[in-house]
Amino acid sequence: MSQDLGPEETLSARFKLEFDYTRSVGPVVGRFLMGLLQRRIEGIRMSDGRVLVPPTEYDPLTSESLDEFVEVGDAGEVVSWSWVQVPREKHPLDRPFAWALIRLDGADVPMLHAVDAGSESRMRSGGRVKVRWRAERVGHIRDIECFEPEDAS
Amino acid sequence: MTEKLPDKIETIITPISLEYEYTPGTASTIFLRGMKQGRILGQRCPVSGAVYVPPRGSSPTHGVPTEGEIEVSDHGTLRSFTVVHLPIPGSEVSPPFVAAIILLDGADQTCLHVVSGCEPSEVRMGMRLRAVWKNRADWDYSFENIRYFEPSGEPDVPIESFRRESSA
Repeated sequence: MSQDLGPEETLSARFKLEFDYTRSVGPVVGRFLMGLLQRRIEGIRMSDGRVLVPPTEYDPLTSESLDEFVEVGDAGEVVSWSWVQVPREKHPLDRPFAWALIRLDGADVPMLHAVDAGSESRMRSGGRVKVRWRAERVGHIRDIECFEPEDAS
Repeated sequence: MTEKLPDKIETIITPISLEYEYTPGTASTIFLRGMKQGRILGQRCPVSGAVYVPPRGSSPTHGVPTEGEIEVSDHGTLRSFTVVHLPIPGSEVSPPFVAAIILLDGADQTCLHVVSGCEPSEVRMGMRLRAVWKNRADWDYSFENIRYFEPSGEPDVPIESFRRESSA
């Protein structure tokens, strides 16, 4: 319980409102997530031949359905990045990290994920990074725990 | 992993949460400070004289600020109710329980609370109720100081009288 407050003190209370939102992912993202569960990353080929990761159900250019899955590598190149010095509660890592756009080997479009680089000095555009898989995978983007610089291993 | 792999992934669960700090403002502060002292305080509409509990600071019928600190009774009349069979996440009350619309003596606006201390089958419109408070040492700035309402044993209020009040 709270202490007695003086007559001039403003009352206030902290509240937390939360619920679990269950989303259906559809056949394409569902297959992508199933791949992550099995430590495999799959993209999809767009109408112009480029490979998109994560895959989308429809072509971003023509809006036609897409169905040609392409397995890509679990390592790739940092296209651009931004350093997070003070991670927030919901961030994927509890220590300073980088958000990075990463072009996986075999993909043409970069995807966003976190890089556990340890320090900002180890981040550079064009640098190589590799997936760190989560030990207990469930079929979720967070099955990729994060990426790490390839020279780390 | 000990669990068998699923055949396919059809859904993901995304927890949504919002943390915020609530500041009650003048009218609700009167009510919450009253709760801390074990009193139920409302405010009066200067036009109609109606007493609103908990007060929201303005009269919903006349659009003017409500006034004063009007203490009402912790006895009241059950106006309407429903028997709830589904649990409320995070609540200490287990189903089946009765959620009731209660008109406190001295108030002109009903409030919502739980009725306990009797079987749901005994609950009826017009039943007289009294608040069951937490121990005084546990009183906080919260409506939850009232754990629930229970039958007071007073004679029922005739349902016909509800009609006259609601047309006012």
